[in-house]
Amino acid sequence: MGVKLLLEKANVPGIRTYDVYRREGGYVAAEKALKEMSIEAIVEEVKKSGLRGRGGAGFPAGMKWSFIAKPEGVPRHLVCNADESEPGTFKDRYLMEFLPHLLLEGLLISSFALGSKDTYIYIRGEYAWVAQILEDAIVEATKNGWLGKNILGTGFDCMIHVHRGAGAYICGEETALIESLEGKRGNPRIKPPFPAIQGLWMRPTVVNNVETLAAVVPIIKMGGEEYAKIGVGRSTGTKLISACGNINKPGVYEIDMTISVEDFIYSDEYCGGIAGGKKLKACIPGGSSVPILPANLLLKTAKGETRYMNYESLSDGGFATGSMMGSGGFIILDEDQCIVKNTLTLARFYRHESCGQCSPCREGTGWMEKILQKIELGKGEMSDIDLLWDIQRKIEGNTICPLGDAAAWPVAAAIRHFRDEFEWHINNRALSQTSNFGLQHYADPIHVPA
Amino acid sequence: MSLQFNNEQMTEFKSLVARYPEGKQKSALLPVLHLAQDSFGGWLPTEAMDYVAGLLKIEPIEVYEVATFYSMYNLKPVGKFVFEVCQTGPCMISGSENIIAYIQKQLAIQPGETTKDGMFTLKLVECLGACGYAPMMQVGKIYREHLTKEKVDAIIAEYRMQAIAQN
Ligand SMILES: Cc1cc2nc3c(=O)[nH]c(=O)nc-3n(C[C@H](O)[C@H](O)[C@H](O)COP(=O)(O)O)c2cc1C
Ligand code: SF4
Ligand code: FES
Repeated sequence: MGVKLLLEKANVPGIRTYDVYRREGGYVAAEKALKEMSIEAIVEEVKKSGLRGRGGAGFPAGMKWSFIAKPEGVPRHLVCNADESEPGTFKDRYLMEFLPHLLLEGLLISSFALGSKDTYIYIRGEYAWVAQILEDAIVEATKNGWLGKNILGTGFDCMIHVHRGAGAYICGEETALIESLEGKRGNPRIKPPFPAIQGLWMRPTVVNNVETLAAVVPIIKMGGEEYAKIGVGRSTGTKLISACGNINKPGVYEIDMTISVEDFIYSDEYCGGIAGGKKLKACIPGGSSVPILPANLLLKTAKGETRYMNYESLSDGGFATGSMMGSGGFIILDEDQCIVKNTLTLARFYRHESCGQCSPCREGTGWMEKILQKIELGKGEMSDIDLLWDIQRKIEGNTICPLGDAAAWPVAAAIRHFRDEFEWHINNRALSQTSNFGLQHYADPIHVPA
Repeated sequence: MSLQFNNEQMTEFKSLVARYPEGKQKSALLPVLHLAQDSFGGWLPTEAMDYVAGLLKIEPIEVYEVATFYSMYNLKPVGKFVFEVCQTGPCMISGSENIIAYIQKQLAIQPGETTKDGMFTLKLVECLGACGYAPMMQVGKIYREHLTKEKVDAIIAEYRMQAIAQN
């Protein structure tokens, strides 16, 4: 069993309620932070912990906090990003659904450290029942003196508000989220200015992911240095992974980042192996935006070393032979899955979710979907593969926000590693409509678990 | 004007607006549009959007541009129950296509259509954050997960019963 810092109590009956959460040691960290620690000391502990943002980019949380501007007389805001819309990702939902008070406690400590008296949880609109769970928890926390005016007699006032989105992946991008929170379309802003200087209502704002803010609780409890001892290198602490696709045990798992990808997939404690005794074909290890890897490059790096479930190891080899930790959305594809079709559904997703502000993203995502559709329907030409490659290259790096890159990378990686499967579709138009390329392209033998 | 929040909805409206600072009431637009959609039959006619604009003291165009951007707002009437089935990658590799085809067959409608009795609408949507519990769909405020053909039949029957009970 690995270390559990976030989900340790997830299975305690009634943990969703204030009374049980408190009885199990809840709000002890908040008490410590508000009563015994200075603002600087809290930020320092978060810095020492090495905690990296869990929303996808992996930016050090303590450093982000230290950038917040503090102009005289201007309110500051903390915004919790609970938009969670990256395909393959459902970890924040789990945390909020089962441990709402853990998030509230993390938000309280973080709001105190940042001086946010009105903190917002921006939750994707579809998670309506989760929003209700949070609302109920806020009522309980307020009743028990953890939110409201003069908390614990410290003079600190803080309220947490739930704000439901309405169906738009782009609102997970922090500046689009801020626009949406202001009651507008989710069009990302051009940076600078960064939110830390001018964010919500042009006030200094920090946006952090749900899991990042929940992790502040164990960091304050155990101290940043102790937290940093868990994990490896710059991958400190624990990470929630939402595993899905063709595995025996889809679900949300907390890992310390020393476990190998192979163990994560095949051990019974986690994914429990590939469903139906099938073979592993490919994996998208960090949410739909990160590069897909074929089985051989997933389990071992190009250098032949074991690949581990952490930031550094998953990106070992760069985009040529590696991928990314991303949001922790771990998607497994078995031998029966078609890479062309999988890439098509993702291309459709990005076309649907592009906000339309930049031409390369708006037009490019549409073109990629159309061409992939053509190949999938058995009408593709060989030149289409190069055209796809060309389009994705013209999107990457040429847009206001990273959604453009996020749309380009899955297509690039699919062609990079599975070009033979695209070619097979084009050379075998009729056959491709009734059968599957399977595992034929592997030069290397496929790993078979013992 | 015929469309108006009743007292209870008005209380809810006020509590939503109170979450934002003075003068920033436009921030409540998304939550208020959810409330309006829930209150006025599951969709947002122009009249409802204009009503919301008046309540929030903003221009109607500010409401239209938001209502057309977000996928959860329905700008056309929908059935009593909307089946929003996820079709993105992780659900697709877990069998969502079969489920979508089965629902189409059972309800005799295509995606985007509503059954003649006005009971069900089928909508295909993108990842709903339930990839580990696929195939899945959203119906109103809840998720129906781990769908099988049998489960789909039971769900359809359940909502038919619910509709009869409400009448
Ligand atoms: C298109 C797009 C979608 C994103 N979606 C999310 C999301 O759903 N949740 C999230 O926490 N971060 C998301 N992000 C990252 C945020 O912009 C931001 O980096 C993050 O919330 C910062 O929090 P963290 O540092 O704690 O990770 C997204 C970014 C992009 C470009
Ligand atoms: S990259 Fe795409 S989503 Fe991002 S701002 Fe440009 S058009 Fe909008
Ligand atoms: S892909 Fe269907 S819920 Fe995520």
